Amino acid sequence: MSVRRLAPQELQPESFAFTAENLDWAHKTIAKYPAGRQASAVIPLLMRAQEQAGGWVSEPAMRYVGDMLGMAPIRVYEIATFYTQFQLLPVGRKAHIQVCGTTPCMLKGAENLIKVCKRRIHDEPFHLSASGDLSWEEVECAGACVNAPMIQVWKDVYEDLTPEDLEKIIDAFEKGEQPQVGPQNGRRSSEPVTGLRALTEPSLFDGSMVGTGAGLAAARATIEAARAGEAQPAPAQPAAAAAPPAPPRWNPAPAKPPAAEAVKAQGSADSTGQAKPGSDKPDAVKPN
Amino acid sequence: MAKIIVDDIELDVPPEYTLLQACEAAGAEIPRFCFHERLSIAGNCRMCLVEVKGGPPKPQASCAMNVRDLRPGPNGEPPVVLTKSPMVKKAREGVMEFLLINHPLDCPICDQGGECDLQDQAMAYGVDTSRYAENKRAVEDKYIGPLVKTSMTRCIQCTRCVRFTTEVAGVAELGAIGRGEDMEITTYLEAALTSELQGNVVDLCPVGALTQRPYAYHARPWELVKTESVDVMDAVGSNIRVDTRGREVMRILPRLNEDVNEEWISDKTRYIWDGLKTQRLDRPYVRVDGKLRPAGWPEAFAAIAAKVKATPANRIGALIGDLVSVEEAFAAKDLITRLGSANIDCRQDGAALNPALGRATYLFNPSIAAIEAADALLIIGSDPRREASVLNARIRKRWLRGAFPIGVIGEAVDLTYSYDYLGAGPETLAGLLEGGAFADVLKGAERPLVLVGQGALARPDGAAVLSLAARVAEAVGAVNEAWNGFAVLHTAAARVGALDVGAVPGAGGLDVAGMIAPGGLDVLFALGADEVDIAPGAFVVYLGTHGDRGAHRADVILPGAAYTEKSGTYVNTEGRAQLANRAAFPPGEAREDWAVLRALSDVLGQRLPYDSLAQLRAALYAAHPHLARIDHVAPADAAAVAALAQQGGATDRAPFRAAVTAFYMTNPIARASAVMAECAALAQNRLAAAAE
Repeated sequence: MSVRRLAPQELQPESFAFTAENLDWAHKTIAKYPAGRQASAVIPLLMRAQEQAGGWVSEPAMRYVGDMLGMAPIRVYEIATFYTQFQLLPVGRKAHIQVCGTTPCMLKGAENLIKVCKRRIHDEPFHLSASGDLSWEEVECAGACVNAPMIQVWKDVYEDLTPEDLEKIIDAFEKGEQPQVGPQNGRRSSEPVTGLRALTEPSLFDGSMVGTGAGLAAARATIEAARAGEAQPAPAQPAAAAAPPAPPRWNPAPAKPPAAEAVKAQGSADSTGQAKPGSDKPDAVKPN
Repeated sequence: MAKIIVDDIELDVPPEYTLLQACEAAGAEIPRFCFHERLSIAGNCRMCLVEVKGGPPKPQASCAMNVRDLRPGPNGEPPVVLTKSPMVKKAREGVMEFLLINHPLDCPICDQGGECDLQDQAMAYGVDTSRYAENKRAVEDKYIGPLVKTSMTRCIQCTRCVRFTTEVAGVAELGAIGRGEDMEITTYLEAALTSELQGNVVDLCPVGALTQRPYAYHARPWELVKTESVDVMDAVGSNIRVDTRGREVMRILPRLNEDVNEEWISDKTRYIWDGLKTQRLDRPYVRVDGKLRPAGWPEAFAAIAAKVKATPANRIGALIGDLVSVEEAFAAKDLITRLGSANIDCRQDGAALNPALGRATYLFNPSIAAIEAADALLIIGSDPRREASVLNARIRKRWLRGAFPIGVIGEAVDLTYSYDYLGAGPETLAGLLEGGAFADVLKGAERPLVLVGQGALARPDGAAVLSLAARVAEAVGAVNEAWNGFAVLHTAAARVGALDVGAVPGAGGLDVAGMIAPGGLDVLFALGADEVDIAPGAFVVYLGTHGDRGAHRADVILPGAAYTEKSGTYVNTEGRAQLANRAAFPPGEAREDWAVLRALSDVLGQRLPYDSLAQLRAALYAAHPHLARIDHVAPADAAAVAALAQQGGATDRAPFRAAVTAFYMTNPIARASAVMAECAALAQNRLAAAAE
């Protein structure tokens, strides 16, 4: 984080005012807060002002929002300098690229994306490219870790990026085109890159089973099978001890008493130190 | 009451006490930077950490946790607070080490050195070395006005200054921008602060980040002699400490007095001291052939004596200025009476206050501290923010607590709190008698306060306005046995004391307007009277301190002592007699004013019967016993207000004008001060910018 100050005077616009549409929205937003707490609307209003003014908050905009909410300008200034979501300097006209640099993205190669930004836009973050169309910054986690690495431009995210993808995206922005939003590696959302391992049968999600009772029948069959297993006589102790370890937890059938005892026996054996690491546990467990 | 054990001492405290207050009640000392009794709690310096049992198991910021937040033990044992445990010691050392990471080690060149909280607490609670080898943070200094100098690298972000300006001074101008390590204190666009109380942020700053600009690099605290005294810049009578080195006043600081100024003083009080060194009258002058010429005391006295002896008694008079102490007013009145004249007046602005009507008609009867007990306020022809800034802070303090409707008749100025603007002149005031929304508010209040400013009284119909205000006060029930809410706010420090000793025209005597009028008098003694223009013709003897308006008009100038150079009684607007003490000596041949009057009386053949200040005071106290009770308010008989209400009189339609228009320029000392001149110019520019 760096020292955040107002842009120099020569960059500041003469004045700022919401458009009619935004003003209407602002009044509605202010009305959401109880009487006397209008100042709470300062963050949404500043954000809207930033969007309207091409991605940054100017000094007149802060005063405008402060006047609107009955706040002293210094109070708005405090907020605008505290939250890094507010840009205090002009950003690229066509795109301000926010590269996520937090751990998952970093591990997946965000540093290479930043190198691209440095080469294509400017050596330093928050600086405009030569044409003034682009700028970039490194931000903290933008919440798309499953699609790392990613960038955010305005309100859109571009995910699963390689440096080449980013080059293409930058090319598109430079030309004034809108690049394709979302994952760039063919994924639709955050499904596994290696292909599906669940919901592989289309009938499970295409609606063909709806109303046929197939699912219910399958569930009943499972329950019946479980009951049948319970009715069988309990196996002899040595057999239980030799049985495979306790069923996994996701098994819907309730744990059977003998199995529980076996687990207990195994636990006590562990605690007495009789079991050696790597030894075959069923063999090590002896009935008392 | 809740039981709590602090370091093995069990005590009962109110449950809403903070742990810090409870610890202090138990006699334990808790270091702190951000916490201040009169400001909201921020809890961001972490220096006040204590160990608690019955609360979270980590060190707790004692300023931000209440006693009632702690649980009793399993068997009902009271919660325990430890302030001297190893955990607390380690926590304090850790906090101190963090604070010192970015604090520069420039104490030898820092003005706060020697009276710095961080320095003292680092000695008491810190460790001797730092483990921090990286670069320190540096912050650009900000311009926040001509009074407060900033060295922002020293700032430890306690935000006391931000809270003071926002809460007490009522101007949301200072703020903390950025976050974390990059947090900085500044004003919006580095504009100068506009508050009249901004100097107090220097006292509040626990480090040397905010220091007094006029005092910068002038002196060290340990070489200053401290004298407790009273301020005379306004009629509040703020308690001050005058710091001197040799003969020079180096600075003025506030002194705690809960009943008067709490611990604040206005900027005029604090930064006036450079005016005590310039434009001073250091020897007598006599006007010869139209030009003032330095003279000796005997020559000056001889010139006066020659003139007085050739003048009939009723053509002699005296004006009492705004900075004159009670002793001098008493001696002057004594002298004039002995000369056989009744021409004496202390009301330079012509305010229609008459001590004959009773003391309650010219005092701030409810007392300043009782503003906090009032539940409605009507301000008539006054701008308390500029006439009595510290008192205005008290009104704001009450207003912040809520349920305090305020109505203003007069000029609609920014008072740092919101109010109902009722109107501009006497007819609005008269309208309150007939009812209306705000009249009902006042009637519904249990302890309404009717504040009358000098702007409403210093006008031709002033007496009628005062009577009308008293009638309104009576009508809304502001004056009863338990509560006298009729409050006259004065602007001159000398006024109440002079009225108390009766320095007003006697039978057949002339008032100020009569005395300064062309052909009014032949000989006029002007004691520090600089706010009036004396018409040509009269022989003017000016006894004062500065080469101001009064001295320019004078025929003989007798150099006197300023308020820091003499011992004198001043009675503030609520009628509290307070002693100003001598901190320095008058310059050159200047003498204490009472002694000048005494010596002059001898030359005039009417020797005053006191040879020392003690004898003068004995005579004063014999004549006016209530003045002997220093620091005490003698309550005035409220019946006088009822009698005043019966006076009546015709009011005109002119709107009330503020008594103080140029806050920084109200008296000769302020007008001689370069610092005040700079502030006045800034204020003037702001006014011009606002008018555009």
